[in-house]
Amino acid sequence: MLTQTSFQGKLNKTEDLFIPFIEAGDPTPEVTIELALKLQEAGADILELGIPYSDPLADGPTIQRAAKRALDNGMSLQQAIELIPEMREKGLEIPVVVFTYYNPVLRIGEEKFFKLLEEHGAEGVLIPDLPHEESESVRDLALKHDIEYISLVAPNSEERIQKIASEARGFLYCVSTLGVTGGENQLSSEVTDFIRKVKEHSPVPVAVGFGISTNEDVRMIRDHADGVIIGSKIIRLVEAEVENLKDDSKRQEALDRFYENVRELVE
Amino acid sequence: MEQVYPDQKGRYGDFGGKYVPETLMAPLQELEEALDEAMADREFITEYHRVLEKYAGRPTALTYADKVTEMLGGARIYLKREDLLHTGAHKLNNAIGQALLAKRMGKQKIIAETGAGQHGVASATVAAKFGLECKVFMGEEDIRRQEPNVFRMKMLGAEVIPVSSGRGTLKDATNEAIRYWVANCEDTFYLIGSVVGPHPYPRMVRDFQRIIGDESKRQFLEGEPTLPDYIYACVGGGSNAIGMFHPFLEDDVELVGVEAAGKGIDTSEHAATLTKGDRGVIHGSLTFLLQDEHGQITEPYSISAGLDYPGIGPEHAYLFDSKQVRYEAVTDEEAMNALKLLTETEGIIPAVESAHALAQAFKEAKDMSPDKTILINLSGRGDKDLATIMNHFKGEE
Repeated sequence: MLTQTSFQGKLNKTEDLFIPFIEAGDPTPEVTIELALKLQEAGADILELGIPYSDPLADGPTIQRAAKRALDNGMSLQQAIELIPEMREKGLEIPVVVFTYYNPVLRIGEEKFFKLLEEHGAEGVLIPDLPHEESESVRDLALKHDIEYISLVAPNSEERIQKIASEARGFLYCVSTLGVTGGENQLSSEVTDFIRKVKEHSPVPVAVGFGISTNEDVRMIRDHADGVIIGSKIIRLVEAEVENLKDDSKRQEALDRFYENVRELVE
Repeated sequence: MEQVYPDQKGRYGDFGGKYVPETLMAPLQELEEALDEAMADREFITEYHRVLEKYAGRPTALTYADKVTEMLGGARIYLKREDLLHTGAHKLNNAIGQALLAKRMGKQKIIAETGAGQHGVASATVAAKFGLECKVFMGEEDIRRQEPNVFRMKMLGAEVIPVSSGRGTLKDATNEAIRYWVANCEDTFYLIGSVVGPHPYPRMVRDFQRIIGDESKRQFLEGEPTLPDYIYACVGGGSNAIGMFHPFLEDDVELVGVEAAGKGIDTSEHAATLTKGDRGVIHGSLTFLLQDEHGQITEPYSISAGLDYPGIGPEHAYLFDSKQVRYEAVTDEEAMNALKLLTETEGIIPAVESAHALAQAFKEAKDMSPDKTILINLSGRGDKDLATIMNHFKGEE
C-alpha cells in the first residue's frame, strides 16, 4: 500500500501511544461525546469506542456493567457510529477505532457496517470474537472502505504470532495476560519477551492492553511497547462519576475530575 | 459424493466455526489434536465403552409404550430410555467421554456450565469418579428452580458458582464458564454439555452422544422388521437430539426436533430458536439464535431449564436449513400434559425437557395408522423437576 490510510493520516506519532476505551452510551450518548473530547485533551492518540453488547465474552465485570448501562439507554451499533461525526464537530481529531462483537455486525450486514463506518468517519475496527481464520471477508471489506482492521495477539498465540503480526494494520493489539478485560493480574516479565517477539514481526505500532490500571503499569508497558490500551480502568473512572455525569449541573466538574484522574494515570 | 460434516474449519454448511477471542485459539487447537488422536486410538474407545457399560449402565432399554399407544390409537410408540442412565439423563454419555479425554490430556481441573443441572451433575459425577477437580457455573435463576441438582453437585464434591449476569440462566452460565476458561485454559478442561460452542465441541459432543442412536437402531430391529417411521427428540442446545438423529440421517426415517415454545411462539416468552430466531453468533459458533433487531441476544423462556437457551447447536442449524430434519415447537402447557399422560399410562415420570418431545410425538401419533412406528428419545427422568411439576399442577387436585 503506497497511499496513506485515513487512520495513518490522523495519527500524529507511532510510539508512546495512549489508547483509551469508552463504551458508547455509558452513561448517556451526550456524555460519551464529552468523555471522548476530555480523553483527547488528556493526551489520547487513538480512541477505542466500544459498542455495548448483551454477551461480551472477552470482557470482565467492569465493561459488562458499562455495556448494561448503555443498553438500558437503548444504545445500538448504528447509533454509536453516529456519535463519531458529532465528536468530530466538537473538535475530536484523533482516529476512532470501533470495538464491537461480531453478532451486531452480522445483524446489520457486513457491507452496510463498513459503509456506515466510512460515512461517519471511523478509521478502524476491532472485533474481539473474530479470530484471524474467520475474518477474511471482514478484512477485505475493511481494506475496500479505508478502515484499518485491528488484530489481536495473545501470550499463547505462539506460532500464530508471525502470521497475525505480519498482516497487522493500524496498530497491533497485544493481550497482556490470559483472561478477560479488567483483570487484577500482575504484569509479568514474560510480557516483555512476548512484546519483543511481536514487535519483530509487526509493521505497525504494537500496543498492550488488558489489566492495565495503574501509572506503574503504564510506565512499565511504555518501556517495551509502542502504546498502552486502557479500558476497564477508564470505565471505572466513568463509573465513579456516573450520577454526576448525568446531572447537568454537576457534569462539568465531573468531567474535570475525570480528566485529572486520566492525566495521573498516564503522565 | 457424501460430504462429511463438519469440514476442516468446523463448518456444517455455513454454520459452526470458531468465533472466539484469540486467547482461546491455542487451547481449541490443543483440544482438537488430542481429540482426533483419542478417537483414532482403539484403547481409548474401548475404555469409553467399558465405562458406559460397567459404570453408567448402558445399553439403556428400548421400551414399547403399549398403554399410551393403545390410548392414542395411532402409531406404535417406542421410548429410548436415557432416563435409566446413571444420574438420570443422557448427559453422562458425553461427560464420561470428555472426562476421559481430559485425563488423557493431563488436565486435572474441569469446568462445566449447566442449565437444568443435569450436565452439572454428570460433570460432578465423572469428576468424583476420575478424581478431577470440578467447578460448575450455574445461573441464579436455575439454581433456584433446580435446587435438588445443586445439592447433588455439592455432595459429589463440585463447587457450584452462581452466575448473576443476564437473567441467570444457561446462556449466562456459559458466558461465565468461557470467561473462566480464557483465564485458566492452561490447566483446565472445559467440559461443554451440549453440541454448542466453537469447533471442535459440537462434533465432539455429537460423537460422544451418538451411542444413543447407534443402540436404538440395533434395539429397534430386534422387535420390528424395519426402522421407525418417525423419531422425536427435544432440542435446547441439541445434544440428545443429535445423538439420536445422527446414525439415522442417511435412512428413510422422518426426524423431528422439538423446541420449547414456552408460553407460545407468538409471545416473547419462548425458546424456539429455529422456529423464531435468525442467523448469528453465540458462544463461539455461527448458528440460529434469538436476538433483537440490533443483534443483541434476547432472553429465552421455557418452563424447562434445560431448553431455556437462546442458541442451538450449529449442526441443527444446518439440518434445519437443508431441511433434513423437521423442527416443531410445543408450549409449556402441552409438554406438561404429555408428562402427566406418560406418568399415568406408563409409570414413567419424564424430565420436563423430554416431555416436549413426547408432546409433539403424541400429537402426531394419534393421526397415524397403527402400522406406523415412532421412536421418542426419553432423554431424562423427572425427579429433578418435582418442584416445577407440583407448582404447575397446583390447584388441579
